[in-house]
Amino acid sequence: MDGHRTTRRTVAARMTALAACLFVAAVFSCQKKGQPTGATSPAKPANGTLTIKGSDTMVQLTSAWAEAFMKARPEVEIAVTGGGSGTGFAALLNGTTDLCAASREISEKEKKQAEQKGIKPIEVTVARDGIAVVVHPQNPVGVLTMEQLKKIYTGAYTKWSQVGGPDEAIILLSRESNSGTYMFFQEHVLEKADYAQATRLMPATSAIVQAVSTDKTAIGYIGLGYAVEAKGKVKMLAVKAHEDAPAITPSEEAVKAGTYAIARKLYFYANGTPGGAAKDFVEFCLSEAGQKIVRETGYVTVK
Amino acid sequence: MIAAHWKDNVVRWILLAAASTSIVVVILIFLFLIKEAAPFAHHPGLRELFARRWNPVSFQKESFGLLPLVTGSLLVTALATAVAVPFGVIGAIYLSEVAATAERELLKPFIELLAGIPSVVIGFFGLVVLAPWVKAVFHLATGLTALTGALLLALMAIPTIISISEDAIRAVPMSYKEASLALGASPLQTIWRITVPAALPGIIAAVMLGMGRVIGETMAVMMVTGNAAIVTFSPFESVRTMTATIAAEMGEVPFGSDHYRALFWVGIVLLLATFAINLVAQKVLKRYRLAHE
Repeated sequence: MDGHRTTRRTVAARMTALAACLFVAAVFSCQKKGQPTGATSPAKPANGTLTIKGSDTMVQLTSAWAEAFMKARPEVEIAVTGGGSGTGFAALLNGTTDLCAASREISEKEKKQAEQKGIKPIEVTVARDGIAVVVHPQNPVGVLTMEQLKKIYTGAYTKWSQVGGPDEAIILLSRESNSGTYMFFQEHVLEKADYAQATRLMPATSAIVQAVSTDKTAIGYIGLGYAVEAKGKVKMLAVKAHEDAPAITPSEEAVKAGTYAIARKLYFYANGTPGGAAKDFVEFCLSEAGQKIVRETGYVTVK
Repeated sequence: MIAAHWKDNVVRWILLAAASTSIVVVILIFLFLIKEAAPFAHHPGLRELFARRWNPVSFQKESFGLLPLVTGSLLVTALATAVAVPFGVIGAIYLSEVAATAERELLKPFIELLAGIPSVVIGFFGLVVLAPWVKAVFHLATGLTALTGALLLALMAIPTIISISEDAIRAVPMSYKEASLALGASPLQTIWRITVPAALPGIIAAVMLGMGRVIGETMAVMMVTGNAAIVTFSPFESVRTMTATIAAEMGEVPFGSDHYRALFWVGIVLLLATFAINLVAQKVLKRYRLAHE
């Protein structure tokens, strides 16, 4: 620039200025220590916008509910997001959602964190679900006991021949650890044991269906609704609660009657008793019309 | 020394600020990662990170060993590089030395297009098309393996390697080629024995930049590698990469928990690896440019 040479002093001055900017920025960010990134108080619906985050298992159901509700009440906007029950709880604790859709109960850890943040999680059962264990349609195994399922998924059994099938290694498929389905399966089928290290963690139910329908030695677990939808592509296994119990194929009746061993409730959690649009929405979901939608999307009604 | 007009100084400062933004942002990202990850050193302690198991969600015992994740990323990156280098370098040689101008005009846009395909789309293609293909060809029980992930990543690295290698090969002085041909070497001999070795530093830099892209790739690997956190060097087994771990688990993790901080450590390791690769690549490129001026 017109013969002006950049002296070492100028360079030093510029670098010092740069360092000063960094220092200020760092100090600024440190002052916010201890404050969670979300709002400290739960977000109130902005004039009729309702946010529901959480369970991937419930996302189709919640969307169907939301659509029907928005048709009846066009002034309310509902935003439904999946991401897993864990994501929903995290959002509830961070105040970034009005309702948390969860396919499992709130955990002790999450309850403690809620207490710390002054959040009061209120639970409402809105539907029921069964978890179907699925295999490839050509897999000769059709029945498994809960004990066998546990042994398979903890890695104690590694070959299909150990449960009456061909002499092939079992390919284990599961959801990711943020999924309510994962946690429920771990609690009720694995009895809190760890999954086998070689379990393949798939990012979504559709990925499990895709894999099971093409891999003859794969086994996976998915929500009943998805299993019913994927009827031709995968085969549902009948489950025996123990060796002498009858083998029950997962179905709506079996879940309602309580005979199917891997059944669970689906919940909505809110911070405190829901009011306004949230309250109306929850009431709609529990109503005759709402429960009809439950049946249509492949889940089981509460009553 | 001519005293600068004050307006020039102002402009200089503004330009300095604009240019420094990238440095400032990178340093701040690093500081942020360290700030969030640091408490892990107190409570579970850094030794936890060296365990052999990554089992962050458990009723029994939570393990935060980074080893399976690091080997997963390494395996997939190494395989992807092994596949991408032949295709990339030979493709670059073809484009710069052998192809006619018309061919080059046709091929280059498509290569750029390959680089531009979103990684989710490539992951989807991998899940539905490539995984069954790998399963059939190698007679595996399932296509969800490190190999499938590596093939997808190679697809993403090849355009990078081709572009930069091509530049490197083009930059070899004509005098080398002319001398070689004058001494009686055939064009092919000239390419393999003179041009490519002369362009080698640039090609190496290209490969490293391709690797840098590959190691940070998330969606495509998450969809096809099976995400099993095991320590293995077999391409036919499922692996879990560092990137897929962060993507899959960060959404749910309770803010401030051990798991949360462990994920930030994964981020730090990933960032350091990417930095190291890029730094070495830049150094090699710089030395290569100076040597050819």
